[in-house]
Amino acid sequence: MVAFVLRRILVSILILVAASFLMYVMVGYSAQPLQDLQGSNSPNKQQLINARVALLDLNVPPPLRWVLWIGGVAKCAIPFANACDLGSTISNARVIDILPNALAATVQLVTLALVLAILLGVTIGIITALRQYSGLDNTVTFISFFLYSLPAFLVAVLLKEFVAIGFNDFLRDPVIGGVALVVIGLVVGAIWQSLLGGDGRRRLVVFLVSGLATSGILLLMSATGWFKHPGLGAIPVILLVSAIALGAATLLAGLRNRRAYITAGINAVIAILAYFTLQPLFDISSAGTLFILALATAAVGLVSGFLAGGYDRGQNMRVGTVTALMSGAVVLLDRFMQSWGALVTATNGRPIATVGSKTPGLSGDVWLVGLDTFTHLTLPTIALLLISFAGYTRYSRAGMLEVLSLDYIRTARAKGLPERTVIVRHAFRNMLIPLTTLVAFDVGALLGGAIITEKVFAIPGMGSLFNAGLGRGDLNPVMGYFLIVAAMAITFNFLADMAYAGLDPRVRIR
Amino acid sequence: MSAPISSGPTPPPDMPADELAVASSVPESQGRLIWRRFVGNKIAVASIVILLLIVLFSFSAIGIGPIHGWWQYGYKSLNPQVNRGDPTLSLLPRFLGGDGISLGEHPFGQDRIGKDYFAMTMRGIQNSALVMVVLGLIATVVGVVVGAIAGYYRGTVDAILMRVTDVFIVIPALVIGSVVGNKFGSLGAPVLAIMLGFFSWMGIARLVRGEFLSLREREFVEAARVAGASDMRIIFRHILPNAMGVVIVSATLIMASAILLETALSYLGYGIRSPDVSLGLLISSNQSAFQTRPWLFWWPGAFIVSLALLVNFVGDGLRDAFDPRHRRFKLSKMRETRPEPEPEEQQ
Repeated sequence: MVAFVLRRILVSILILVAASFLMYVMVGYSAQPLQDLQGSNSPNKQQLINARVALLDLNVPPPLRWVLWIGGVAKCAIPFANACDLGSTISNARVIDILPNALAATVQLVTLALVLAILLGVTIGIITALRQYSGLDNTVTFISFFLYSLPAFLVAVLLKEFVAIGFNDFLRDPVIGGVALVVIGLVVGAIWQSLLGGDGRRRLVVFLVSGLATSGILLLMSATGWFKHPGLGAIPVILLVSAIALGAATLLAGLRNRRAYITAGINAVIAILAYFTLQPLFDISSAGTLFILALATAAVGLVSGFLAGGYDRGQNMRVGTVTALMSGAVVLLDRFMQSWGALVTATNGRPIATVGSKTPGLSGDVWLVGLDTFTHLTLPTIALLLISFAGYTRYSRAGMLEVLSLDYIRTARAKGLPERTVIVRHAFRNMLIPLTTLVAFDVGALLGGAIITEKVFAIPGMGSLFNAGLGRGDLNPVMGYFLIVAAMAITFNFLADMAYAGLDPRVRIR
Repeated sequence: MSAPISSGPTPPPDMPADELAVASSVPESQGRLIWRRFVGNKIAVASIVILLLIVLFSFSAIGIGPIHGWWQYGYKSLNPQVNRGDPTLSLLPRFLGGDGISLGEHPFGQDRIGKDYFAMTMRGIQNSALVMVVLGLIATVVGVVVGAIAGYYRGTVDAILMRVTDVFIVIPALVIGSVVGNKFGSLGAPVLAIMLGFFSWMGIARLVRGEFLSLREREFVEAARVAGASDMRIIFRHILPNAMGVVIVSATLIMASAILLETALSYLGYGIRSPDVSLGLLISSNQSAFQTRPWLFWWPGAFIVSLALLVNFVGDGLRDAFDPRHRRFKLSKMRETRPEPEPEEQQ
């Protein structure tokens, strides 16, 4: 095992070094870093050119320059020496200094998109597998084919030019028209009836109830000016938290497990109490406080699940944690929404941003800044999400169908387990194993997609570092980008292999 | 890539797919069987027909190189603005209240400086189709050769070739594409496609290697070797035909991603350059005018998505045809066809 890991790491480093040589030489020969100076009319042109040649060692041919560069990179391996040298940009800034900010912006963007894509994709993939060849399944299959064929820049431009501007225009006079209400109601009703399935009568009831409820709520929101002053308020928070508790307990433990319901109930009550008592604390909170609160929430979930006990403590703890975290998210959402008015004022009534990663000159408490980051990230995240979402849907659907056709599922059904247990506890877990490989591939694809998304939305991340560097013939930032992305891709592949071996006892690594 | 997707319940063990073919009255070759499975897939056949029609339409409309097409404007010529550049295409017949079916002066409208957008879009489709075919062919040939040699010879050769593949695969496609396009994009679409092809073969190489590793142990390879066939003959005449399914399917999928790669590179400015036209370049250069002239977005956007979608459908159909495990299986149809089972009926 240790030998395998060591060998694997060594091979990975060698591959990274070889790939960096390939990349360096290719970019080195294609780049023209002196182009802007050669075209300039400045009197000290020759002097400037000489200075840049000296700065970037341009008189050394690229293959030899790579040796100098990799020597600087190798210094990063010395611990605590802070001797990293990734070279400097054309404008004489050290790459190692500009890299961390860019990396933070990209990681923020990619992580959210990745997590959401996995959650949504796997959920929808499972539902379509359980309703194979239904109208829902065929629709989702077509949509995922469509998303496969949709280039990232098209989605991004579409979201920026039409959705963002349209939504901001809508917010100026937030009234939903009658036709729109009916159409939304019909669409939502159709989606819910196909999700829940069942016979004709049940489908009709679901369709009517969900459609009417959606239209009604939207009408109420529109009439009371909710879109201008959004927020949840006490009663919706209580209702949402209760729904989360019921849903988590039913889905994870099943209707008969009374202790799971007790656990979920305890957490829901604590969340509602926290909602009423913690508001003054929220007002003076910083990001650190929120992190501590999140940890405390998870701890409460785990401990309450453990104390409620019963024959399956692990299950109770899962129910407790899920309920606690999701209820906490609702409480936080409510608090974030309270800052909406301030954000709308600060952005002159156009809160959904299309450019950059924060509103320039905006300062305020953690809620306002957080909400601002959120509105800036929404569209780029959706753009990234839509691309990888299709892959997760297809893979989890196929994986679920394959697992469901195996013998042990038949055994589980034959011994009389309820369908929920068969799906959630037997099939779902084994279906997740092959997805680890897909996640590893997807990280690379998302980082590549970030080049385009960051360009469209003008986010100062890794992608724009690469893009600007390549355009100017600036070799070192391009290589800095490459180093991080390739290292991440290799690391995730490695982690996926290890996870696979850990999760699937049939896989043995030598 | 092509994880076995067994769609739902498997057929009863007494009737596997291979025996169904034997059971039908006329014996069929493998190729004929695959062809019939593919033709039975209506979506895939419709897709390939529409795809060919779109490509033919684009080539006939504005011609190839010096040969003129039937459309009056070229994609470079500047024309006076007609009707503020609005599209003049009209599809609604007169009796339904429209203006009748006519192309008009500029069916897709004009861009800001008066170029005919129909001609530009057609040129973009030509370039996308060209890149798709050239890139797909080169990537497939290189990938098959590398994968076949690695899988057939195993050992040191395999280890070296696969480490080389790993080196190439570490660099994300868009990143290496940008670097290649930055250097070669100005030389025109064919050169760009050829160069990109040399950096897109890694996926196919891995798949073909896997196929070769298992096929080389089979008896027919042993028989060929005993009969004195050379290594090259065994690789290309005996093993490769048996691995064609994997090759063709992944070549199609590479072609679909080639369209997306070319348009994305052109959007970023590393692909096809002005005055030549790419669908991605059209979107990038007209981005600021979308609020006032939305058609500048919709035409190229619609054609990028349709081209990629059609190729993906063809690829899916081919996968179903080559790999019966992927076959869409319906229990109801199974029951209907049970008395006289016909494999292609179950698509």
